[in-house]
Amino acid sequence: MPLSLMEGNEAVAWGAMASGCGFFAGYPITPATTIFNTLLRIMPPAGGICLQGEDEIASIGYCLGASMAGLKAMTATSGPGISLYSEQISFAIGSEIPLVIVNVQRLGPSTGSATRGADGDINFMRWGSSGGLPVIVLAPVDIKDCFVLTMHAFNLAEEFRCPVFLASNKEIAMTKESIDLDAVEKPRIIDRIQSNEEKFLPFAVKEGSMVPDFLPIGSKTLVRQTSSTHGADGYITTDSNIISRFQNRLKNKLESAIDSFSFHDSFTDENADTLIITYGVTGRAAKVVINEQRKAGQPVSLLILKTLWPVPENLVRNKAKKAKNIFVFEMNMGQYVHEIERILPDKKVKFFGQMDGRLITPRQIMEAISNG
Amino acid sequence: MDSLLNTGRPPVFCPGCSHERVTKALDKALSNMGLSGDKAVIVSDIGCSGLFDTFFNTHAFHGLHGRALTYAAGIKMAKPDLNVIVTMGDGGLGIGGAHLLAACRRNLNLTLLILNNFNFGMTGGQFSVTTPQEAQVGSGFLNRLEKSLDVCDVARSAGAPYVSRCSSYSSDLPDEIEKAVRFDGFSLIDMWGICPGRYTKRNKLTPQIIDETLAGFPSCSGIVEENKRKEYSHNYREIISKLKKVDPPRGIKAEFVFPESDRQEVIILGSAGQRIITSGDILCIAGLTAGLNVTQKNDYNITVLRGPSISEIILSPDDIGYSGIEKPSVIIALAQEGVDRRRYLFSDLAENTLIIRAAGVDTPESRATMLDVDLKARGIKSQDWALASLAVMAKLKKVINADMLNAALKLVFRETVLESALELVNRVEL
Repeated sequence: MPLSLMEGNEAVAWGAMASGCGFFAGYPITPATTIFNTLLRIMPPAGGICLQGEDEIASIGYCLGASMAGLKAMTATSGPGISLYSEQISFAIGSEIPLVIVNVQRLGPSTGSATRGADGDINFMRWGSSGGLPVIVLAPVDIKDCFVLTMHAFNLAEEFRCPVFLASNKEIAMTKESIDLDAVEKPRIIDRIQSNEEKFLPFAVKEGSMVPDFLPIGSKTLVRQTSSTHGADGYITTDSNIISRFQNRLKNKLESAIDSFSFHDSFTDENADTLIITYGVTGRAAKVVINEQRKAGQPVSLLILKTLWPVPENLVRNKAKKAKNIFVFEMNMGQYVHEIERILPDKKVKFFGQMDGRLITPRQIMEAISNG
Repeated sequence: MDSLLNTGRPPVFCPGCSHERVTKALDKALSNMGLSGDKAVIVSDIGCSGLFDTFFNTHAFHGLHGRALTYAAGIKMAKPDLNVIVTMGDGGLGIGGAHLLAACRRNLNLTLLILNNFNFGMTGGQFSVTTPQEAQVGSGFLNRLEKSLDVCDVARSAGAPYVSRCSSYSSDLPDEIEKAVRFDGFSLIDMWGICPGRYTKRNKLTPQIIDETLAGFPSCSGIVEENKRKEYSHNYREIISKLKKVDPPRGIKAEFVFPESDRQEVIILGSAGQRIITSGDILCIAGLTAGLNVTQKNDYNITVLRGPSISEIILSPDDIGYSGIEKPSVIIALAQEGVDRRRYLFSDLAENTLIIRAAGVDTPESRATMLDVDLKARGIKSQDWALASLAVMAKLKKVINADMLNAALKLVFRETVLESALELVNRVEL
């Protein structure tokens, strides 16, 4: 098992290649830039297209065009860029355009600190679009996740025709780490379903499906794409019944399928009545803690969520069944904890957050737990 | 060739709107070219120009305000044989100004039809970038304060190889459009028109006045000689066809024995120019040669040639959980500014932490074991101090040994750089 040394961002780039990504466009921003740098080096020689947009709005716009022309597309930025992406993200949600968006989070608000990590955009990614319909957000913990979850992100974008975020963090993205790429278990590649209907309607869904089949712009059959509220034919509609069915479908296609992509790591101890719930790089410190606690004869359980949105409610409820005390740790001032409180109304949920550019340390987690 | 007009969805413009003339002219142009609907995509912007895609039996993409050129670029790069036609008003032109400049500079084969009617029709006739200063529009006095924009002038300066300006009432509008679509590169037509719903309610504008005004403007009739050059997507594909495929990194063979038994943390505190990050890389790769898991976090100012430079490395036979530095085995202190940024580390250090300290660097009080090395006195340049410190560690068999370090150097450096690195490492004595 020979190991290589690379950044989390490089692993994202290789994950994209392994997923069949054919198009990348981005605008330089620390700490996401090395995704662009890596893809510019490795993608064009393989026939892929890698562009630097004139700004963030253009970068994601290129991706939306390319995705509708049939290519698997990805863009990468950080919080300030997600702000600029926002309107295009709403478009991708409402018009069902497959796209992977890597958000290498840095310390905000605003310009904040370009080279300091945080998980400050967790709710922003979910709610920062007009209309408030769901998106998928996956959160890597380490370099291996950067590779594997990028592949899952592409698969989910294709399967559900929606934007999928990879919620990375400077602390994973720009940290170099050893990895054995060959040994990583890779998911099977999923491609969007190509329509074979004689009379193609770009937003029609077949019986039993909640996702429209796809044809690319430029195919023999004419394809329509629109940001306006539309019917199955891709033309604007004012019919409230059609609109209602459409909005419900966009919501349900993701929320009803969440159990099939609730990625996580969990370490459950039968004798533990305390459960730590966390995600992202903080999961690494939490793992150290549960090992120490076990050695000390005071076991604690741990759930590291890798799918954050839609909220994997069944998973969280299951894992929390036996726990009396729940501790949520986040590199922000308290965001996802409200989801945990919402789905575990009978449990005592405590929160520890830190958003100052420093990692939450195992010692801090230990102290928080022992102080109850 | 037949008309590509969608008879089921006829134009719905206000009576007297010049957009309807453009719709017919575009259809005529496409018919004259003999294009079937699947060979073209209409990428429409927002506003009245955003309705265009619905009138045609072609591929259609209707996106966000001002961003039509961005989708068009993505589509064209993905489908280079497709005729990509963008319809945009003077509103989209303003909001998407950066995209217009980029399209002109890039020269991707798109055709931009600007339906310029000098105001925001749909929202109530507010001023756009092309509204004359003397016009009475829905923005009160504001347009009187801002100079209007000559988009053709801007496009030419930005490098557009094809720029044309005409009246939407011109009898040869279909030919104008056809020439622009046929042009192999970015083409733009600034088509002046009349918005009867808003603009001409308070301003006098007729086809004749348009003609007279146009006559007073510098003529723009297509190809801009000084901007003629290779089309972007051809150019792009030509370049990438010559690139050599890049394989995923091959792993590094584990062949040496780690001189330690558990997780080791090393932090190098230096300043820009001391090759701190490179030395961090070398230390990590040395770890890989012993089959270890490693992490490396770097900290430096965005002005990369000035300020502190810090590398934090962890080598461990086990999975590395927490990637921060808690109990360093070795601190290499090579520059005051690096030390100052991590002053907080020193108060908690254990006795078995080794501090390798360059002469002249002051470190806070601690219980750690101090090894002062005067690298300067040994004739070693500041940019080699970090590497020399790794050599000190290897000599002490602290975290790494000489085999690991030499192997790492051979993996990182080539030829003369490698020779001098090996020479330096061998020269370092305790």
